[in-house]
Amino acid sequence: MLNLGYCKGSMSTASSGGVSDQFPVGLRVLVVDDDPTCLVILEKMLRICLYEVTKCNRAEIALSLLRENRNGYDIVISDVHMPDMDGFKLLELIGLEMDLPVIMMSADDGKNVVMKGVTHGACDYLIKPIRIEALKNIWQHVVRKKKNERKDMEQSGSVEEGGDRQQKQSEDADYSSSANEGSWKNSKRRKDEEEEVDERDDTSTLKKPRVVWSVELHQQFVAAVNQLGIDKAVPKKILELMNVPGLTRENVASHLQKYRLYLRRLSGVSQHQSGMGNSFISTQEATYGSLSSLNGLDLQTLAAASQIPAQSLATLQAAGLGRSTAKPRMPMPIVDQRNLFSFENPKLRFGEGQQQHLNNGKQINLLHGIPTTMEPKQLANMHHSAQSLGSMNMQLNAHGDQSGSLLMQMSQQQSRGQILNEATSSQVPRLPSSIGQPIVNNALASGVLARNGLAESGRGTGFNPVSQSSSTMNFPLNTTAELTATSFALGSAPGVPSLTSKGMFPEEISSEIKGPGGFIMPSYDIFSDLQHHRSHDWELQNAGMTFNGSQQSNSLQSNVDVASSVLAHQGFSSSQSNGQGRNISAVGKPMFSAGDATDHVNAQSLGQPLNNFFAENLVRVKTERVPDASLQTTLFNEQFGQEDLMSALLKQQQQQQQAGIGPAENEFDFDGYSLDNIPV
Amino acid sequence: MDRKQLQYQVACMRKSLFDQGYLDEQFNQLEDLQDEANPNFVEEVVTLFYSDSARFIHNIEQAMINKPNIDYGKLDDYMHQFKGSSSSFGAKKVKKECSQFRECCSAGNIEGCIKTFRQLKLEHATLKRKLETYFQLVKQAGIAERR
Repeated sequence: MLNLGYCKGSMSTASSGGVSDQFPVGLRVLVVDDDPTCLVILEKMLRICLYEVTKCNRAEIALSLLRENRNGYDIVISDVHMPDMDGFKLLELIGLEMDLPVIMMSADDGKNVVMKGVTHGACDYLIKPIRIEALKNIWQHVVRKKKNERKDMEQSGSVEEGGDRQQKQSEDADYSSSANEGSWKNSKRRKDEEEEVDERDDTSTLKKPRVVWSVELHQQFVAAVNQLGIDKAVPKKILELMNVPGLTRENVASHLQKYRLYLRRLSGVSQHQSGMGNSFISTQEATYGSLSSLNGLDLQTLAAASQIPAQSLATLQAAGLGRSTAKPRMPMPIVDQRNLFSFENPKLRFGEGQQQHLNNGKQINLLHGIPTTMEPKQLANMHHSAQSLGSMNMQLNAHGDQSGSLLMQMSQQQSRGQILNEATSSQVPRLPSSIGQPIVNNALASGVLARNGLAESGRGTGFNPVSQSSSTMNFPLNTTAELTATSFALGSAPGVPSLTSKGMFPEEISSEIKGPGGFIMPSYDIFSDLQHHRSHDWELQNAGMTFNGSQQSNSLQSNVDVASSVLAHQGFSSSQSNGQGRNISAVGKPMFSAGDATDHVNAQSLGQPLNNFFAENLVRVKTERVPDASLQTTLFNEQFGQEDLMSALLKQQQQQQQAGIGPAENEFDFDGYSLDNIPV
Repeated sequence: MDRKQLQYQVACMRKSLFDQGYLDEQFNQLEDLQDEANPNFVEEVVTLFYSDSARFIHNIEQAMINKPNIDYGKLDDYMHQFKGSSSSFGAKKVKKECSQFRECCSAGNIEGCIKTFRQLKLEHATLKRKLETYFQLVKQAGIAERR
């Protein structure tokens, strides 16, 4: 008995014809395994189960397939041990980017490995050799996931089922945070349209918000606010104007608060206000290791504005400074709003935040002439990290089908960050390249800005080939199973060559893909790098945290300085297409999800220690489950669900994208976005 | 040989392969997958395996021979893959040798590794021969059927 709800606006299967009626017949399965024998057998088994099968022998190819056609698959089955990418990484990425159910399989049946599958979010784990009976019921995972998402949507008050992507994302977020919705809402109501930061004490335990402020959503929001007039914009009216199903007044209210903060910061109305707006960023900067004094100031303002949990702020500071200079008392109230905001777009935030944070930190230091305790190198590192993170974010955003604007934003940020880095530290030599190449940011693959430029072009080209390759790859892959054993010659030449050649084909393709720009590779590399950096010290982590929290930093940047806006604009103008961004996203994602290879990411994006730093933090954030309320604290201190982080980051990116929608306002938007995070 | 005799031979050989432990239940699974669209599916899979496994064996040998510092981790990885591959079509003895090899690997027992690997190659080649014969017989029986 199949739940026909499955076909009702189901996210991924709606597009496939015939699925709804005969489910699970026609279930679209993507199988990833580097072992050709297993791949062929699985494909055959799945076909017998009447599923629609796509074979893939490389994780990267699988990812590109999934990215190209987000709604083209219902479920993914992947091997654990693969040469080009760890199966668990792929699992995380898929969970973050496409949110598809993923089944892991391996000849390894050790408890640890199975546990790893569980913790990484696999919906099932199959031991090889796989029997067809095990595959017959995999459709249950698809149904279950949809059911859970629908439930979340309903819980969030949305009437729509299987709505748009945003809804889905919201649901995903909601899924984990639905329990907290009530308390969060209450606290939000109190703060609604209030511009006081001090009240942000609650919801420190809030989980990820359910609403994901994607670029489009934010654009709608901004449009509505502008239409009403910023002074007259009240959540209720904004909600009506936006007319987004599933969005609640509370969502809008909190977002509005952040937005107001951002605007205030931009206008530089008052130091305090801007401080508040930037507080988050400042704080992050502080954590960076900017100045202890600055830290204190930043932290306070940041805390106030962003409601950063004292704990997290302290952590950030300590992290940033690489020392435990955490202020004993964090006056700032818990920034649940900010956290929420972050969570809403955690993805965006992380990337952005990091970048911004870094950038901001730098900028602030530079601009205000505040003595920075942080060594330039450290700052540079941070920036780099931020940048890489930013690029990651951008990628994430891009990945999330965000417009290129986000990318641009990211680029901008990165550019800014980069510029700042350069300014602040002699390390960053790439200022010009960064400016001219927003993509660079996005291109994590390119450690050096110059490289970025290269990556840009490479990406552009790389991307296309990839897609092409993937499509072509599919073909051979799919047809491989058809190989007719013309001549049975187990070891004989005639039969074998044909097989091998076929088998080779996909590999070649992947190399092709990599060739042009290593498009896919970069992401993968970053991913692995992240992992490497995982073991970085706490400092980095903290720094990362600040980054995360540093959506504000973006805003801070804008406040800080014109140069950054210039950079931002430059970045903006030179921002790359979404395609690129997409790549980045992919890359960023891995970074995020991997939460490990920070190094790699850093190295790739900027090749700067800062990036590493940033990436590491970013990674950490990702790996840890960050409760909404204390994004920062939890990020580093606790184990965050990678999925949460990833989604947070992605959301952040989305937000950023949204913010960056307006060209002229690139900086503004971008920054503003981060500001939004800071509850006023 | 008439069809019935051929079929009988095929059945006998198949049974002995199982009885002697060369093949396990997974082979049955594959045979069940065969249908009109893919009448030679199992044969195709086995062919694919043997073309791929040559690469494995080569890699493992390279990693083991004339190497002062053996990278056991890498060896283990290779062997893990090889094990997964061979178990996917029911190569029981080969799979067993793989497990054995991995044990030696984790113990850092290079002598054991070399010895086991030799045994593994032997089993690998033996199975190949036997399956070649088997599939040829199957084909003959199938052709006989069509007559």
